[in-house]
Amino acid sequence: MADISEVWVYLSASPLLFLTLTLAAFQAGTWLYDRSGHMPFLNPVLTAVILVVGLLTLSGTTYETYFEGAQFVHFLLGPATVALAIPLYRQFDRVRSSALALITSLLCGSLTAMGTAVGLGWLLGASRETLMSLAPKSVTAPVAMGITEQLGGLPSLTAVLVILTGILGAVLGPPLLTLIGVKDWRARGLALGTASHGIGTARALQVNELAGAFSGLAMGLNALATAILLPILWRLFF
Amino acid sequence: MLSALTLILTCQLIGELFTRFFGLPVPGPVAGMVILFALLAIHGSVPRDVGAVADTLLKNLALLFVPAGVGVMAHFGLLGQDWLPISVALIGSTLATIAVTALVMSRLARAGKSADGETPHG
Repeated sequence: MADISEVWVYLSASPLLFLTLTLAAFQAGTWLYDRSGHMPFLNPVLTAVILVVGLLTLSGTTYETYFEGAQFVHFLLGPATVALAIPLYRQFDRVRSSALALITSLLCGSLTAMGTAVGLGWLLGASRETLMSLAPKSVTAPVAMGITEQLGGLPSLTAVLVILTGILGAVLGPPLLTLIGVKDWRARGLALGTASHGIGTARALQVNELAGAFSGLAMGLNALATAILLPILWRLFF
Repeated sequence: MLSALTLILTCQLIGELFTRFFGLPVPGPVAGMVILFALLAIHGSVPRDVGAVADTLLKNLALLFVPAGVGVMAHFGLLGQDWLPISVALIGSTLATIAVTALVMSRLARAGKSADGETPHG
């Protein structure tokens, strides 16, 4: 029989272990979410992240080592984003018929996201660097990181804030929308995609394809709106 | 199946090349989404296997964010320095953005022609 530490050396060097861990943690999260009757706080992404972070910390594994295995899952984000064209195409008649309302609400949402993030952070005394990293938090990660870099913030901090915003939106969004009485699938999807990009879109798609189509579109449009507006607004106020 | 995956990856690749070449402020995959949408519009329908591959990817979209989410662990230090303003700003701003976007959209869309009959329950 081999020494347990030799087995660990093999396992931690191969992508197999952390790829399997990622899938298993997400399965566990999904199981818990289903068993709880879909309690918002038991969001599968949140549970999976907590489980994986806990196990990596306990075993003394770095994020870089973990990512060598998990990158195969991470890579699929690109093709999945391209695939959002399908629900958008299937629902395009509904998108076109509300185009003006869509653009107006998207711009209101985009400005609210930037304004309140920077405003609240500033009121509570966040450093200038943190404010810059916080400003594009509702935008999909690659664009948000580019915007932060342009402002002079920390792209790696932005990446984390973007993910946290996504999870928060997926967890708090649906109950909030029900609380304020918004029943229109288009409005629900648009709000989730504007505020919490792909993670919000994943949540919207689980419930309704029309909401998913509006959410995916909102994610793309908010990335564009924020990339154009934020650098201009920042120079105006700071 | 394979041809559908090739089509999706090709759209992404062209999207990446296009945005990089012109220095556009959108990510390559989002440009790829626009390209695939244009192709579907020209074709006039969603080919069965393209629909199947896309639905499989999108059904598991949430899973794909787990590796990036675990990245939080590499930044506990940075988050710790400004934890109060960061948590208040993230929670407050996310709630405000969702409420504002949804309320403006539902008012404007109701004022427009098509209203929705179904009610959400999730």
